[in-house]
Amino acid sequence: MTIFLTIAVIVLIYIVIFQIAKASEYVSVLKGEDVSRKQNNKINGFLMVAFMILGLIGVWYCNKLYFHKTLLAVDSASVEGAHVDSMLWITIGVTGSVFVITQMILFWFAYKYQESDKRKVFYFPHNNKLEVLWTIVPAIVLTVLVIYGLRNWFLFTGEPPKNAMVVEVTGKQFNWIFRYPGKDGAFGKKYFKNIDEATNNLGLIWDDQLSHDDVITDKMYLIKGRPVKLIIGSRDVIHDVGLSHFRLKMDAVPGIPTTLWFTPKYTTKEMKDLTNNPNFVYEISCDQMCGNSHYSMKGIIEVVDQEEYDVWMAKQKPQYFTAFPDKDPSKPADSTGTKTAAKPVALNTKAVAKM
Amino acid sequence: MTRAGGVIADNRTIKDQSMSNEAVIHSPVEVAAHDEHGEHHHHHETFITKYVFSQDHKMIAKQFLITGMFWAVLGGLMSVLFRLQLGYPDASFPWLETILGKWAPGGHITPAAYYALVTTHGTVLVFFVLTAGLSGTFANFLIPLQVGARDMASPFLNMLSYWFFFTASIVMLSSIFVETGPFSGGWTAYPPLSALGDASPGSQTGMDLWLISMALFVVSSLLGGLNYIATILNMRTKGMSMTRLPLTIWALFFTAVLGVLSFPVLFSGFILLIFDRNFGTSFYLSDIFVNGVGALPNEGGSAILYQHLFWFLGHPEVYIILLPAMGMASEILSVNSRKPIFGYMAMIGSLFAIAILAFLVWAHHMFVTGLNPFLGSIFVLLTLLIAVPSAIKVFNWLTTLWRGNIRFTPGMMFAIGFVSLFISGGLTGIWLGNSALDIHLHDTYFVIAHFHIVMGVSSMFGMFAGIYHWFPKMYGRYLNNTVSYIHFWITIAGAYMIFWPMHYEGLAGMPRRYFDYSNWESFKNFVELNRFISTVAMIVFAAQILFLINFFYSIFKGRKVTSLNPWGANTLEWTTPLRPGHGNWPGEIPEVHRWPYDYGKDGTEFIPQTTPVGADESHH
Repeated sequence: MTIFLTIAVIVLIYIVIFQIAKASEYVSVLKGEDVSRKQNNKINGFLMVAFMILGLIGVWYCNKLYFHKTLLAVDSASVEGAHVDSMLWITIGVTGSVFVITQMILFWFAYKYQESDKRKVFYFPHNNKLEVLWTIVPAIVLTVLVIYGLRNWFLFTGEPPKNAMVVEVTGKQFNWIFRYPGKDGAFGKKYFKNIDEATNNLGLIWDDQLSHDDVITDKMYLIKGRPVKLIIGSRDVIHDVGLSHFRLKMDAVPGIPTTLWFTPKYTTKEMKDLTNNPNFVYEISCDQMCGNSHYSMKGIIEVVDQEEYDVWMAKQKPQYFTAFPDKDPSKPADSTGTKTAAKPVALNTKAVAKM
Repeated sequence: MTRAGGVIADNRTIKDQSMSNEAVIHSPVEVAAHDEHGEHHHHHETFITKYVFSQDHKMIAKQFLITGMFWAVLGGLMSVLFRLQLGYPDASFPWLETILGKWAPGGHITPAAYYALVTTHGTVLVFFVLTAGLSGTFANFLIPLQVGARDMASPFLNMLSYWFFFTASIVMLSSIFVETGPFSGGWTAYPPLSALGDASPGSQTGMDLWLISMALFVVSSLLGGLNYIATILNMRTKGMSMTRLPLTIWALFFTAVLGVLSFPVLFSGFILLIFDRNFGTSFYLSDIFVNGVGALPNEGGSAILYQHLFWFLGHPEVYIILLPAMGMASEILSVNSRKPIFGYMAMIGSLFAIAILAFLVWAHHMFVTGLNPFLGSIFVLLTLLIAVPSAIKVFNWLTTLWRGNIRFTPGMMFAIGFVSLFISGGLTGIWLGNSALDIHLHDTYFVIAHFHIVMGVSSMFGMFAGIYHWFPKMYGRYLNNTVSYIHFWITIAGAYMIFWPMHYEGLAGMPRRYFDYSNWESFKNFVELNRFISTVAMIVFAAQILFLINFFYSIFKGRKVTSLNPWGANTLEWTTPLRPGHGNWPGEIPEVHRWPYDYGKDGTEFIPQTTPVGADESHH
């Protein structure tokens, strides 16, 4: 019934608008084409300038309502992301002023030069000086933006610092798998045909000794202030590691590993205070359409300090022991388990990029 | 060469060193009969040859327009449905189940339906509405009329172009009713997702139909494009040198060139995808383990290869959509400012620069695919370079308005709206084209805001401007002014209210193509804004229905046009009879003596192109 009523109301509104429009057309025919054209011109000329003013107020109001919800309102969570932010501000400055000036000129001209019997049109087909002016000025401004942008681009895509730790990130429908290289600091080889969902979800090659201490987790732990290099891949379709708080992202492509590095600046706990949000977590959002549950493909990053990281890492068990429980030294004797936990520092300092 | 009815003979002769296209249609007696009775009885055409398998470029243009409008309504309706999900994720709408059945159990659309809607919306709007509906309509309608030709170079291929598009439409439409649903992997159809039916149900039969439809569409677009180029180059009337062409024709010319050079690349990309899907090849596939299926045998392919092939069309496609709108806006701004377009040669030059650069920037869609950073830096440079010709165009449009005598016809309103939206959307291109910012903003709502404003809505405004401006020539009647103004103001205000706030969502990192944000700590605080956007989207959609009513009502019942040249324009289409028949001019094709923008020259209001240059006329 409500649907019927809604439809009836909508149809009625259409009919009313249309009848008024028809009536005004008849009136304008009676008045004469010229008179009604001038009347329409006046109304629309006024609306042009009104639209500009209301529009600019709207822009200001929108900014007031939503700026604090953008990431620009919070400091970047990575050292490198701060460069993105400063670049954003410069670009906002440049494009924002061009936006305001050109829109004001456009609608002001529309208002100012609306048809009038008194005005004689200025026949002004071309002027090379003006053309040169607005070729060169944008070209110079853009050159500056390009230079500034490329400096950052080569920083982001360049080699990470020597002390960077390495984490492998693999996307699959619809979650993320993280791999740490273990004590030897090097990843074992893998082959996708070895993948076994229960015991070997990345398809590690057990013949490769390097794989025996590789740790596979479902959360990514990073150390505050320590650069991290991500080696990104996918098990099925294309995904994307979206790190909005760190201001970076990179696709996960099956068969073609990609990399990304950054330096976390704040621990998760510090970000909770910084954002005034006790529920804050670093989320990895999949930013490349990957199937019907794309919207739920979430990964969690915990940025912690070195100590907390060491404690966490000590608790992780290499995948190898899940695949071959009989080889697990912690199973028969509990003492070996505590032994690994005692030397965590040595364990992670070796985790340097080997790719 | 014989045409419908076999009456028109086409003898091309070269006179006075300029190419001309003189055709003798009828004896003078027949011509007189034409003028009196309009189009109704010539060529002894049947309903089929006149309205269905017509070879008249004007009828084909109308066919493209109305098919395009059908898709625009359907595509728009789809966006309303998925905006309903985004704006009211918790609400249940029982009527949705009534129309969508199993895709909306309990009045709640499923993620699969959501992604199918998003994908079909994108595909349909980009290709069927803004490519076929826009350049199909106006290239067909305006090229012969404005260059002074009887018809296209090949009216038969032109007809085929429409019917390939029509078939593509039917196939695309049928994909919506497939058991496993239409394709749902996004309009860019990146493999492996689009190649693997096991990874997404939409990639099964729906994707096969999608590919067939797109292949047919490419054929349609090539047949049309080759025809447009041939007509513009070879069939201009006497005196119509290239530098006397209206800017609409220049824009449509570059559009056709872009299409002809880039659509075949897309086609090749699709062929490889069809092979990967059906014949076990590995062009795009490697190292894949599908949940529930296991490891696939494919090795050695590259998923990124597809993206290169796709965007090699995909980026020029943006300009295929935008250039006709630019051309029409230039023409309409000049006519209604009663002032010549400022910097005619600079306008052609910037169109040319954009057309060339359009081929050299495709990888800016791929900054985050792991592409070589050096390659990326070249694409940053070339991408931001496009801002220069774009800036030239904007400043030239502004200068055209300056000290004019502006008449706010509905067409003019939309042309001004086009410039406003082009500025707004173009400027955010400077953000996204800079790879270091793209690495943050890529695939967020910022991108949605950017391309909807600069390519979607602004081209749509160009299209509306064209429809309002040339409707009197198409149907011999006017659209209702009051409804047109209401349509304009709701649409421009609504477009800004929908897409402007999306920049903020993008700056918050909110990803595109998410069915639901409520489980995301980072993105869930835009509930109210999303609701606002969805509500405005519905109002704007309702305003488009108003336009549709106006359009179809006015075709039959609109106020009749009584003046041959209602806008006081200089171009050739306004020298034809009120309702031109097949062949456009009953007598000889008029000769052209000047450029099309002599408005306000030497105190005259306008001087049509057909007026010879007076002895005492000043040079511009």
